[in-house]
Amino acid sequence: MQEKYDVAIVGAGPAGISAACVLADNGINAVVFERGEFPGAKNISGGVLYGHDLARIIPDFSQKNCPIERNIVESRIWYLSRDGGYSVSYRDKAFESQRRYNVFTVGRAKFDRWFADQASQKGALVVCGTVVTDLLRDENGRVTGVRTDRPDGDLNAKVVLLADGINSPLAAKTGFRQEPSPSHVALAVKEVIDLPEEVIDQRFNISSGNGVTIEILGSITSGMNGVAVIYTNRKSLSLCIGANLADFATKKIKPYEMLEIFKTHPMAAPLIKGGKPAEYMAHWLAEAGFENIPKLYGNGYLIAGDSGMLFNTLHREGSNMAMVSGAFAAQTIIDAIRKNDFSRSSLKNYESRLQNSFIFDDLKKYRRFNPFLAHHPEIFTSLPEAMGFAAREMLTVDGTPKKKKQKKIWKNLRKNHSLSALLRLMWDGYRSV
Amino acid sequence: MHIICCLKQVPDTAQVKIDPETNTLVRAGIESILNPFDLVAIEQAVRIKENHGGTITVITMGPPQASSILRQAISLGVDDVVLLSDRAFAGADTLATSYTLAMAIIKLGNNIPVDLVLCGKQAIDGDTAQTGPGIATRLKYTQLTYVSSIQWIDPENRKIQVERKVDGGVETVLGDLPALLTVELELAKPRRASLPSLIASLKAPVPIWDAKAIEAVETLVGIKGSPTWVRKISSPAPRQGGPKFRAGTDPDKAVAQCLEVLFSDSTFFSNFKLTGGRNSDVEKF
Ligand SMILES: Cc1cc2nc3c(=O)[nH]c(=O)nc-3n(C[C@H](O)[C@H](O)[C@H](O)COP(=O)(O)OP(=O)(O)OC[C@H]3O[C@@H](n4cnc5c(N)ncnc54)[C@H](O)[C@@H]3O)c2cc1C
Repeated sequence: MQEKYDVAIVGAGPAGISAACVLADNGINAVVFERGEFPGAKNISGGVLYGHDLARIIPDFSQKNCPIERNIVESRIWYLSRDGGYSVSYRDKAFESQRRYNVFTVGRAKFDRWFADQASQKGALVVCGTVVTDLLRDENGRVTGVRTDRPDGDLNAKVVLLADGINSPLAAKTGFRQEPSPSHVALAVKEVIDLPEEVIDQRFNISSGNGVTIEILGSITSGMNGVAVIYTNRKSLSLCIGANLADFATKKIKPYEMLEIFKTHPMAAPLIKGGKPAEYMAHWLAEAGFENIPKLYGNGYLIAGDSGMLFNTLHREGSNMAMVSGAFAAQTIIDAIRKNDFSRSSLKNYESRLQNSFIFDDLKKYRRFNPFLAHHPEIFTSLPEAMGFAAREMLTVDGTPKKKKQKKIWKNLRKNHSLSALLRLMWDGYRSV
Repeated sequence: MHIICCLKQVPDTAQVKIDPETNTLVRAGIESILNPFDLVAIEQAVRIKENHGGTITVITMGPPQASSILRQAISLGVDDVVLLSDRAFAGADTLATSYTLAMAIIKLGNNIPVDLVLCGKQAIDGDTAQTGPGIATRLKYTQLTYVSSIQWIDPENRKIQVERKVDGGVETVLGDLPALLTVELELAKPRRASLPSLIASLKAPVPIWDAKAIEAVETLVGIKGSPTWVRKISSPAPRQGGPKFRAGTDPDKAVAQCLEVLFSDSTFFSNFKLTGGRNSDVEKF
């Protein structure tokens, strides 16, 4: 027996569920397939979400028991050498009141489940514990449904939305997107460290319910092109550190070793002191950038979220691009159902929707950012140490005249960096952001 | 045949730990699952239906969230489900639980007479193995516990023959229907739900019966009907390994030492039930 639906969605992450919500709101019957035992079972994320994009799907999310951990009121950026670091931070009262839930932290296991429940309540069908193993096609190659790993597991649909994330063998099998090359993905590890709520409030100097995010660059990634973050949850901290997969392969560094070093850094150690490690996970991130976005639609199918490589590395925005692209895909599908035309040309609208939104704007704007980091390894190797040396010298009071210190600092910097290299770094950096 | 399965939603005890300081179960963040023995009961019921025809009704007593295990049962091929849910049922021990389930079975039997009730041999959260026998006793059904295989069922002559696990062996028992079976894991390997029935289960309604619906006496259900008190929960001491004999350069000596220790232990042979005529279990081997 073959069931017939309007839309089959692969993946119950932010992209797939957003699409399911929009479709269900418009009375279209959609079925979402999730390989995990429940949505979120297979998901990890540093856990920052954006209220603006969630509100487009669930306007009153904060009144609907959305499992928010902390409302972010302060953002810190660290640039770390081996033994020290610079910190810049910005906190604003607006984020506690008018702009509350502009950014907030969630645990993805809880959030994805809640989000999927919202979709179910609207009438979408979320089928868990089921892997989509292939797509069904007609003799012209048009996608006509999905094949799952269950007995009697084929399901016909007018259109299929691939929202299966970055790490899905389906993409390679269908040939819609290439297996990402190592330099186009980052490997990240995450550890959740339990701490009492009051201790987190104190250590981050925040009132209860509010939180801080820290984004970290420097030699902390053992000379590899990568980033680390610390996010506050209600009763835990998420520590995440990752680097380009190609770098891992050449440097032969183990991700968990890098995490252990990170945990002992003098800037990080006091924040996590006494905490109990609760979870540890590893995951891929899309880092391909604008040039490597695959074709996001074709006869009978669309691709949204990470699966389509829609990820902004610099602003660690992935879930919001997933939500917005999922919603755009759904709107495109709604139009297609009205026209009863699911061909490539009918679905082309999806691309225009993306082009007219912040998604393509931002991805284009930052398309030089990843190459910038890749071409300037000194950002992760010698520069943090030279910068650390500079600050340490200037701050050490030892009777040396400041002018002499500055000379010493400049000499130290020039030891590893030619003047032209420094100028290029500044120019490339300026152009990339 | 009208078959009824009794299910329980339990915390996944594979993940539950005991807090060493307070000696209580740490349940926070633990997933709820269908008791694995009950899953076998469902599978067995579906197989009997496939052979003999009939209808399967599945019941569970629990909070509204327990409807998820009833949906799981639907996806595996049962016909009807009932959730027994009422604030008055909360805090039930095995006495009150078996009363509540028995009352529901009586009500279900009013529509179609019941031939068989299948329960898991025990629930993995309490491991008491009392609820099934409690139901059988109240309903005066044949009670067949620890069933590892069903040899045959004869609905016309109202007979069933099963194998049940007993200490040190297997016992073959012939009984009358209606019967209540509590089942072992090896009885039947659960199947994977097909896609159409999984989808159907997500859409199926789950009827809820409260205390009134099953005409239960208020003082016999929930905490009021439960005389059991848990005084203390503790972890058993970890097992100590026995002595070790190093073979080294003189394996013969090590073997001799080992045998000496074994022979000097007077309980050694009786543990293995090899003591001949004195032990009645021997006939079974
Ligand atoms: C360590 C880390 C930290 C991050 N931090 C942030 C952050 O702070 N903020 C942010 O916005 N983003 C963050 N991201 C990125 C963010 O997690 C992703 O961009 C986002 O989850 C993408 O959503 P998605 O719906 O496209 O894919 P996913 O969330 O990956 O969902 C895909 C789903 O599809 C399922 N699936 C896959 N294949 C199949 C199949 N064949 N059959 C059935 N189901 C299938 C998967 O199980 C999964 O549930 C982070 C990512 C990582 C790895």
